[in-house]
Amino acid sequence: MAQAIVMPDLGSGMEEGTLLNWTKQIGDAIIEGDVIAEIETDKTTVEVPSPVSGTISQLIGDVGATLKVGATIGYVGEAGEAAKPAAEKSDAPPVPKAEAAPAAAASNGTGKQAAAQESAPPAEDDGSLPDGLRASPVARKIAQTKGIDLKQVKGSGPGGRITKADVESYTPSAPAAVASVSAGIAAPNYGTIPSGADVEVIDTPKIRTRIANRMVESKQQVPHFYVTADVDVEAMLNLRKQLNEGLPDERKITVNDMILKATALALKQYPNMNSHYYGDKIVRQKRINVAIAVALPNGGLMNVVSKDTDKVALGTLAQTNKEMIARARDGKVKPDDIQGATFTVSNLGAYDVDHFLAIINPPEAGILAVASAMKVPVVKPDGTLGIGNRMKLTVSVDHRVSDGAEGAQFLQTLKKILETPMQILI
Amino acid sequence: MKNLSMRDALRAALHEEMVRDERVFIMGEEIGKWQGTHRVTRGFYEEFGAERVRDTPISEMAIAGVATGAAMAGLRPVAEMMTINFAFLAFDAIINHAAKIHYMFNGQITVPLVVRAATGWGNQATATHSHTPEPIWAHFPGLIVGCPSNAYDAKGMLKAAIRDDNPILFTEVIALYPKPSPIPDEEYLIPIGESAIKREGDDVTIVSYGRGVEWALEAAETLAKEDIQAEVVDIRWLRPLDMSKTLESFKKTNRCVVVEESLPHYSFGSEIAAQLQEAAFDYMDAPVKRVSALDVPLPYAREIELMALPNAAKVVQAVKEVL
Repeated sequence: MAQAIVMPDLGSGMEEGTLLNWTKQIGDAIIEGDVIAEIETDKTTVEVPSPVSGTISQLIGDVGATLKVGATIGYVGEAGEAAKPAAEKSDAPPVPKAEAAPAAAASNGTGKQAAAQESAPPAEDDGSLPDGLRASPVARKIAQTKGIDLKQVKGSGPGGRITKADVESYTPSAPAAVASVSAGIAAPNYGTIPSGADVEVIDTPKIRTRIANRMVESKQQVPHFYVTADVDVEAMLNLRKQLNEGLPDERKITVNDMILKATALALKQYPNMNSHYYGDKIVRQKRINVAIAVALPNGGLMNVVSKDTDKVALGTLAQTNKEMIARARDGKVKPDDIQGATFTVSNLGAYDVDHFLAIINPPEAGILAVASAMKVPVVKPDGTLGIGNRMKLTVSVDHRVSDGAEGAQFLQTLKKILETPMQILI
Repeated sequence: MKNLSMRDALRAALHEEMVRDERVFIMGEEIGKWQGTHRVTRGFYEEFGAERVRDTPISEMAIAGVATGAAMAGLRPVAEMMTINFAFLAFDAIINHAAKIHYMFNGQITVPLVVRAATGWGNQATATHSHTPEPIWAHFPGLIVGCPSNAYDAKGMLKAAIRDDNPILFTEVIALYPKPSPIPDEEYLIPIGESAIKREGDDVTIVSYGRGVEWALEAAETLAKEDIQAEVVDIRWLRPLDMSKTLESFKKTNRCVVVEESLPHYSFGSEIAAQLQEAAFDYMDAPVKRVSALDVPLPYAREIELMALPNAAKVVQAVKEVL
């Protein structure tokens, strides 16, 4: 029987993608894992692997078409198996462009989004699962018989597996209204778009639209406040030097890895800072997954997520981060790389900056902005002048979740950890 | 109707068959004058005499070989291995001869042989004398393998085995010998290759045989207090394997735990799990979970021996893991 290939879900509210090209053709024999298509999302370019081995019997969608997540984009069957009838194409209606903005906005973390998230499967999607879903065979069969879209069913089994009971108790909910949200991120009106020899007009890349939507929404809706502290990083830099002594480049620990770890340890003491805001509900995240903002080579940025940052050993953390960052820069992130963030760190230390303020990525409660370490004159404890190695950290906090005092205490704790950095090794 | 221990139920089965058919005779180490190590043959030597109750030398190969020859020649021997651990010495006679002769000689010869063997772990009998190796024997086509879980089944199964024309390994769990169940006065047989539902339930299927059934039923009692209804299937005969009741139950519960006293690798649990996923993949709501002894030579020290072995609590835990 032919097996469907579906548009993978890369999380973070991704709803659709553009078909860049088919890398295989109808009739090609493929083995499981062979890339059959390249899809551009508003974040990155992803390769769509085939979930099975066989012969491609059908490919649905023209190059440049916008395809919805979860839509069937092709079928793989046994050699010689007849292609599915064309009527099956209705699985994957091209999405009108006009829907793009509200669709992206649906991931903005408002109260409505909270409701939508509750009925969605957990973040443990694995692209190698059929339909990217963890569901028991009997649950799949019942869903198929009753015409239930498993993507809408929340799994209660181990690892979020959708079970028979979940499917049987599922009642479809009305789609969340998004109109009021989309109003907030309408295209700006700055008058006529200039033209002529003096300007070059380009289409706004998807990733910029995505960033624009999220950042406008964050700056408009999230009441930010900022707290800055000066951290003595002499001890941390010395520790890093010792740790990296003799290590090959691929195992070296970066300043950012250490800051990430310290941030996670500080978040552990201030769980409110590791919360997500959903209007009348605040979700305390039990896991501490710190996202790293990664600048992409062709512009734009993407957050990769270090999982259980408070628990993972520094060496492992560094290695995983390095791999995820490399994948992000190559446009080859895995779904898991970009899912599950509970807090974010943005580090511009490499660019010789005194300090900066970062915009919160909702529904997270805060983001840490890390500036460059600098040699500066300091007043030493004995009152004399000396040379210090200092770095400015600024935490942006959602005032709906936390207040100045807690933000300051959190930053103080982080500062202490970084100034006595041995504890990040424990 | 009276309550009989499994030991006495087996004795009754043997006795009835020896009275019914004079071709039936028993042989084994110390089964006669000494009344049998497990006392299943108590009183037989006095009643039937040395001709039909044969004490043998301590050679399992000889017991199995002679019994096979006697069966080929038209008698219906019931040979006793003091324990299944010693039956490994008779592996060649049982597997390569008894189980194959009918096939190798184009059906001209039948081997109506029953090899009875005490099985299971006991009190610190340690690594070499604590096997429950029914799955190994059930691996080979040609040999029927049965293992009852209680006195009632033991009687009906042994009688059916003695009347069957195929070679049969019939194992008896030592720990179950003293346990009684009600036995009807009238004769009954439990057909070879027929499994049974020992308790009904809708939430999970527990499949087992032998002593595992006892743990499964005990676990089901515990689970019932938490409103989890377990259905317990007793396979009874490992070969020919009757999957019908298990499949029927699984299609209802969608979840399965397999319980066995023996080791986990290439085991009863492996076989049941494999057959379930082949036959009922669309009905699965969770992976099939196996409860068995740990994959170690059984230790001597009491505490770690018990740690290495399955029990009802481990079954309860496994059920909760698949729910």
